[in-house]
Amino acid sequence: MGARVIELENVSYTYGGGELLSDVSVQLQPGSFHFLTGPSGAGKTTLLKLCYGALLPTSGRLSVFDQDISSLDRDQLAVLRRRVGVVHQDCQFLDHMTLAENVALPLMVSGRSEASEQDNLTELLSWVGLGARLEAHPPELSGGERQRAALARAVILSPDVVLADEPTGNVDWEMSQRLLRLLVELNRMGKTVLIATHDMSLIRAAKSQVQARVLRISQRKLQLAGADL
Amino acid sequence: MTGPEVNTLLRGDTRANRVVPPTGYTAHLTLFVAGAMAFLAVFALALALASGRIADRWASELAGAATLRINAPAEQLAAQTEAALSVLSQTPGVASARALSAAEQAALLSPWFGPDLPLETLPIPQLIEITEGEPGMDVMGLRLRLGAEVPGAVLDDHTRWREPLVEAAMSLRRLGWISILLIGGATAAMITLAANASLAANAQIIEVLRLVGARDGFIAGAFVRRFTYRAFFGALVGTLLGMTGVLLLPEASDAGGFLTGVGFQGTDWLLPVLIPILGAAVAFFATWAAARRKLKELS
Repeated sequence: MGARVIELENVSYTYGGGELLSDVSVQLQPGSFHFLTGPSGAGKTTLLKLCYGALLPTSGRLSVFDQDISSLDRDQLAVLRRRVGVVHQDCQFLDHMTLAENVALPLMVSGRSEASEQDNLTELLSWVGLGARLEAHPPELSGGERQRAALARAVILSPDVVLADEPTGNVDWEMSQRLLRLLVELNRMGKTVLIATHDMSLIRAAKSQVQARVLRISQRKLQLAGADL
Repeated sequence: MTGPEVNTLLRGDTRANRVVPPTGYTAHLTLFVAGAMAFLAVFALALALASGRIADRWASELAGAATLRINAPAEQLAAQTEAALSVLSQTPGVASARALSAAEQAALLSPWFGPDLPLETLPIPQLIEITEGEPGMDVMGLRLRLGAEVPGAVLDDHTRWREPLVEAAMSLRRLGWISILLIGGATAAMITLAANASLAANAQIIEVLRLVGARDGFIAGAFVRRFTYRAFFGALVGTLLGMTGVLLLPEASDAGGFLTGVGFQGTDWLLPVLIPILGAAVAFFATWAAARRKLKELS
C-alpha cells in the first residue's frame, strides 16, 4: 500500500449547475481514523461517494491506492471498490436473499468461494452480533442489525479502507456505541476508517478509544482538516 | 462479443443468478412472448417450407411437359394429327409424343361438362401430350416447323401459366421467411423492453452490486442468463405446441390442394427444433445489449 490510501487534490464536484464541493484537498494515511462532519447537506455523502468512485470529480485529482480514479473504467472501479468497504446510512440489501447471502455478496462478485469462506462468514457475523440471524431476510432485521450487517458486508473482503456514511443515524445510543467499537476495532486491525457523521456525541465518545482526526465540511469547502480530537 | 465472453455470460456463476429476484411481471412477459412467437414461427416455417416444395414440384412437373393442340376441321383432324406426330418424332429433345384418346379427352372435360358429353358431335381439338427429354426441345424451332407443316397446331409449353404459379409459390415462400425474420425482430424488441423494465425495476440491486465491487459483466450476466433461459423455455413450449398444431393438420392430398400440403415432411421436422435455440440467442443478445446500455446509463 502506498503512503496515502485516499488523496484529494483541489477536488470540486458540480451537479446540475450547482457546486456541491469546492476545492477540497485532504489525504488519508494508512491505518488512520477520520471523522467527516458538518451540517446536513454540507456534502459529506458526496465526498464519501467520490472516495469510492460512485461519483467522479468535476475538477481536481482524486487518487485511491495511488490510482487516479477518473482514469479508471467501470470494471477497474469495481475491482477498486473491493478494497474499499462502504457502509451506507440506508444500508441497502437484496431483500430476497438471506442475511448470510447478503453479507457474502462481495465474495460472490469477486469470484471467491462462499463455501471455503463459510467459517469466516460465520465468525464475522458473530463478531457483529448477528450469528443467530444468518437465515433472516433484511426486512426482518432491526435498524441496528441492518447497520451491523452492512458493516459485516463492508469488511468481508478485508478491505484496506472502511467508509461509513452516518452509520449511527438510525440507531439508538447504545447501538451507536456498539457500532463505534466495531469500527475502532477494525482500525486497530490496520484499516483506514472514515466516518461521515453530524453526531458530535459520537465523535466525543470516540475520543477515549482512538486517535481520530476530524474533517469538517461547511459551505462546500473542507474548512478544518487535521485537527486532533 | 467473443465466444469465451458468450460462454462466460451463459455459464457464469450460477450463484450469481440469485441476485436477480426470481419473480416479476417481466418473467411472465418474456415466457409468453417467447412462447407465442415460437408458435407463430413454427407456422411461418411450415408455410415457407410447403411453399418451397410446391414451387419446386410445380416447376419440375410442368417443365418437362408440353401440349400440342390440333384445331382443324373434322375431316382434316386425323391427317394433321398424324403429321404433327411425325414432326414430333423427328424433333430432338422430344422423348415421347402421343395423341390422347377420345376417352382421355372426355375425362379431361368431364369436370366441366359432365360424363355424358357426346364428344363425337362437338368440334373438339385433338390433344397431343409431349414429354421432353434431356436436353430439352427447341420450342421456337418446333413452333416454326409445326406452323409450316401442321397449320392447325398450337404448341403450349406451359410457360404462360407455369411461371405465375411458380412465382406465386416463391412469393409465398419469401413471405414465410420474412415473417420468421419479423417474428425474430419483434421477439428481440419485446425482450429488450422486458429486460429494460427489469433492469430499471432492479436499479437498487444494481447499485448494491456495484457498491460491493461487482463488474458490469457479472451484473449483466445475471440478467442475461435469466432472460435467455426464460426465452428458451417459453420458445420450447411454443414450438412444441406449434408442432402439435402442424401435426394435426390434414395430410397433403390432391383433393385438398395447397392447404393440406402445409406442414413438415421428413427431415423438415428437425428445423423447428432450431426455434427455441434461436429464440434463446435472440434473447441473449437483446438482453446483453440492453444490460450494457442500462449499466452505462446507471454509472
